[in-house]
Amino acid sequence: MSDDVLLRLAGVHTHIGRYHILHGVDLAVREGRLTMLLGRNGAGKTTTLRTVMGMWRASAGLIDFAGAPISGRATPDIARLGIAYVPESMGIFGQLTVRENLLLAAGPAGLHPGRLDGVFAIFPVLREKLHQAAGTLSGGQKQMVAISRAIVEERRLIIVDEPTKGLAPAVIGQLIAAFQALKRQRTTILMVEQNFHMAQALGDDVAVMDDGRVVHTGTMADLADDDALQTRLLGLSLASHQ
Amino acid sequence: MRALLHRHVLSGDRPGHPAVTALLILLLLALLVVPFAVPGTKSMAAASRIAILAVLAGSYDIALGYTGIVSLAHAMFFAIGAYAVAIPLAGGWVGWGAIGLGMAAGAVLAAAIAAAITLLSLRVQTIFFSMITLAVASFAQVLATQLRGLTGGEDGLSFSLPAALSPSFHLLPGRVLGVRVDGRLLTYYLILLAALLLFLLMLRIVNSPFGRVLLAIRENAFRAEALGFRVIVYRTLASALAAAIAALAGGLMAVLLRYNGPDATLSFSVMVDILLMVVIGGMGTLYGPALGAAVIVLAEYYLQPALQGLADALVGIPVLPALFNPDRWLLWLGLLFVGFVYFLPAGIVGSLRRRRG
Repeated sequence: MSDDVLLRLAGVHTHIGRYHILHGVDLAVREGRLTMLLGRNGAGKTTTLRTVMGMWRASAGLIDFAGAPISGRATPDIARLGIAYVPESMGIFGQLTVRENLLLAAGPAGLHPGRLDGVFAIFPVLREKLHQAAGTLSGGQKQMVAISRAIVEERRLIIVDEPTKGLAPAVIGQLIAAFQALKRQRTTILMVEQNFHMAQALGDDVAVMDDGRVVHTGTMADLADDDALQTRLLGLSLASHQ
Repeated sequence: MRALLHRHVLSGDRPGHPAVTALLILLLLALLVVPFAVPGTKSMAAASRIAILAVLAGSYDIALGYTGIVSLAHAMFFAIGAYAVAIPLAGGWVGWGAIGLGMAAGAVLAAAIAAAITLLSLRVQTIFFSMITLAVASFAQVLATQLRGLTGGEDGLSFSLPAALSPSFHLLPGRVLGVRVDGRLLTYYLILLAALLLFLLMLRIVNSPFGRVLLAIRENAFRAEALGFRVIVYRTLASALAAAIAALAGGLMAVLLRYNGPDATLSFSVMVDILLMVVIGGMGTLYGPALGAAVIVLAEYYLQPALQGLADALVGIPVLPALFNPDRWLLWLGLLFVGFVYFLPAGIVGSLRRRRG
């Protein structure tokens, strides 16, 4: 687990105001794999993602992307390295149409028809909603737009924060299928997810956080097979959520 | 034809509601025919002000409605443009060059000042940014009144325009449709043409990819940054563009009035008017501020005579004539604003678009 690491956090601390949120996070995201970041509420998962994106500055520690340090860089610069961020709560621009949302993510070259077709292959419903204001879509469709924005351009890493939050089970099934399609394309993904079924279905690697630290790393398959470990790390087992 | 008009002239920005389309067509037609349909100095002055203030309010909408920048210094940029035209003309350089150079210099100076204010203070929270802009605007007012040699102080600057724009100039002998084609008429259509072009330019800006980024920033700056957009750069550019267009509107106002002074373009009441036009018309719609400008100017020009007529008609009925006394026009203007805000909370255009879904 070394040469193929795309994103590495080493001893990362983050303060928000006077609160010390991350207490030395160590994390490695391997290229071409989906790393699932799990943990109880308040463990520091979202703060970790935001620290990687430069929205919160790491007060100590190192963040390397593709072998180069990115801690201390501004969020737009980090995004331009090829890192897409899908925030929680369906982070779309509601006043803009679906097409305009995708255009913003596509950069100066505009929407490449081939990439757009790729988006429609994963989320067919967006083809007919292309000129509709994104704010008028259903919750699941908004999340599809948010994810589409991340994949409409070629990215080296996609960071996704709780994509299933507040969504109906039927939509979650669609999202699982979408991420499985992305995995087949060897897209590198770092995902925070509270839905254990989704985590188990998608995760290759897993990192479990508690109290601002990563307390366990390994493969998702190993964690899924070990009820005792799940209970110790997460307070409940995946089996109880099947 | 309609598709071509929408795409190439209106930059794809549809009014969004048949009533808005009707109001905009009515406004444009009225502005085009006012000198012939309602001849007179007052009607032409009101129409000219509507055209200029539509541009001014539209430019403020780029900052406030499209980018979420709450500046209270927009009247200052308007005044910078007006002074930039007035100073060379009042100094004796009566020529088209003075107007053109004044316009250009005013726009550049306003853009530079707006960019500096934005760069220096956009990282502070909205309310503090507004306070900073208010302080800068107050400083500009003091400066304008103190630098008497340059600005004419409280008295302002009066000046003559090139001969072709003076009332004594006659382009055609006799009358056309009962109206003399003189310098005053030329000035009116020159201002109208310039205002129309500036408005179409603003439509082009807000409907460009740049304008979409501004909307994204207004909605969520963090998300826009996460897509790779430098929010501070876009906000600064939007601020500078809005200021430059406000300055050009100021230059037009100076040409219209043949005068500029603190009360005409720089006072806080001008800033309040701009805010009202944008709020009444609908923020982030651009067409809204144009309609808001028409509402405000028509109220300022015609509310008092209308009240006078009403009071005369109600003579003999207790209380009512006193209630509609034209001296109480500000009370009725206030009630009009309250009515707009209550019944059309997103402004004329915003509320109509919402009703249509």
